[in-house]
Amino acid sequence: MAKKAHVTLTVNGDEYEALVDPGQTLVDALRNELQLTGTKEGCSTGDCGACSIRLDGELVCSCLVLAIEADGRRIDTIEGMANGETLHPLQRNFLELNGLQCGICTPGILIAAKALLERNPDPTETEVRYWLAGNLCRCTGYDKVIRSVLAAAAEMRRA
Amino acid sequence: MVDINYAAPDTLDKAVALLARTGGAKVFAGGTDVIVQLHADLIEPELLVDIKNIPEVRSIAAEKGGFRVGAAMPAMKILDHKAFATAWPGVIEGVALIGSVQVKGRATIGGNLCNASPAADSVPALIAAGAVCTIVGPNGRREAPVETIVTGPGKTSLAKGEIIASFFFPARAPHSGDCYLRLTPRTEMDIAVVGVGVSLTLDGSGTCTAARVALGAVAPTPLLVAAAGAALVGTKVDAAALAKMAAAASAACRPISDKRGTKEYRIKTAAVIARRTAEKALERARAN
Repeated sequence: MAKKAHVTLTVNGDEYEALVDPGQTLVDALRNELQLTGTKEGCSTGDCGACSIRLDGELVCSCLVLAIEADGRRIDTIEGMANGETLHPLQRNFLELNGLQCGICTPGILIAAKALLERNPDPTETEVRYWLAGNLCRCTGYDKVIRSVLAAAAEMRRA
Repeated sequence: MVDINYAAPDTLDKAVALLARTGGAKVFAGGTDVIVQLHADLIEPELLVDIKNIPEVRSIAAEKGGFRVGAAMPAMKILDHKAFATAWPGVIEGVALIGSVQVKGRATIGGNLCNASPAADSVPALIAAGAVCTIVGPNGRREAPVETIVTGPGKTSLAKGEIIASFFFPARAPHSGDCYLRLTPRTEMDIAVVGVGVSLTLDGSGTCTAARVALGAVAPTPLLVAAAGAALVGTKVDAAALAKMAAAASAACRPISDKRGTKEYRIKTAAVIARRTAEKALERARAN
């Protein structure tokens, strides 16, 4: 067996240490070593986007990152999105506008949408649809997801 | 659990030494293909050599009036590079289609090429652009045009221990334009049925002086179709020249039939997409 590696991961500003197998994915380490289960694993092949996180600010699928690669790097997950009890405007608008049903895709969509609004605070509907093309949702038919993102964007521009 | 070792050297020489020494070592960059293949047991390397800590493969720089792009630059960083995107909009179109935003946050053009899929979206655009790979290996450095790398599905001309370090894009002549278009059943998150890259240059009177046409997804490898480019050179890229170019593109196709399209459909649509791509490249060349 390959030797386990010791990694230090900074997740949502907190430092975690873990022993990981060199072939272990980051989503597996987040969920099973760090017990941060907000990030979901769907397809494990980078198609569904459920495991979306930020790695040093870059939006990525954590199923397509090895935990060992993330040693010493900054990771942002859904657990860091709300400010204590105060939900992020994206989270609140998803709740108010029913942007989710079963919820499995939601953490990944929220992470991806936040990355979009940081780049482009005033996206068109088409821009939102293309940006979120890598996040599959089998419940909503996407319409309410898109409306929730646009509503959150409008609210954040007013703030 | 996948039983594997991992190394992240900080120089190309160290990476080459690891690859040459270890039987079953694999270059690891964006990981968007390698991790999937690893967990599907399609590959069983003993060692992954992560090249992302090597500065040379992770930069874009101006060089001799053109650009040198590190082979392990993530696609999103290439798309966000304004000067490169202005010079090579067709390359950008190919890179933009590699996958979702998440996948492009990791995927690299070196990986898109070395994964050696006949349908890789960035590859026809790189070939049309005349991009040249700088390859580092146990016997030193060599250069090779992009069209010489893929030799079959999943197969490349790279020798054991060799790594593509960077791609050189030559200086752009005035009145030049490029474009990449593909045909897919869906608008996003799909694999090309046909992909076409075209790059062409006009003289002051609008006569085409150089043209390269490359096809993807219609043969075991991406194709540089010399006859298609030649059909445009010396013409005003009028309807007759475009028809001749499109016919040459179709004639070069050696596709398979699969769930995305039959052989006949690919051959027919290759001509249509080639014409549209050339028209867009022409429009850009005239605007430059």
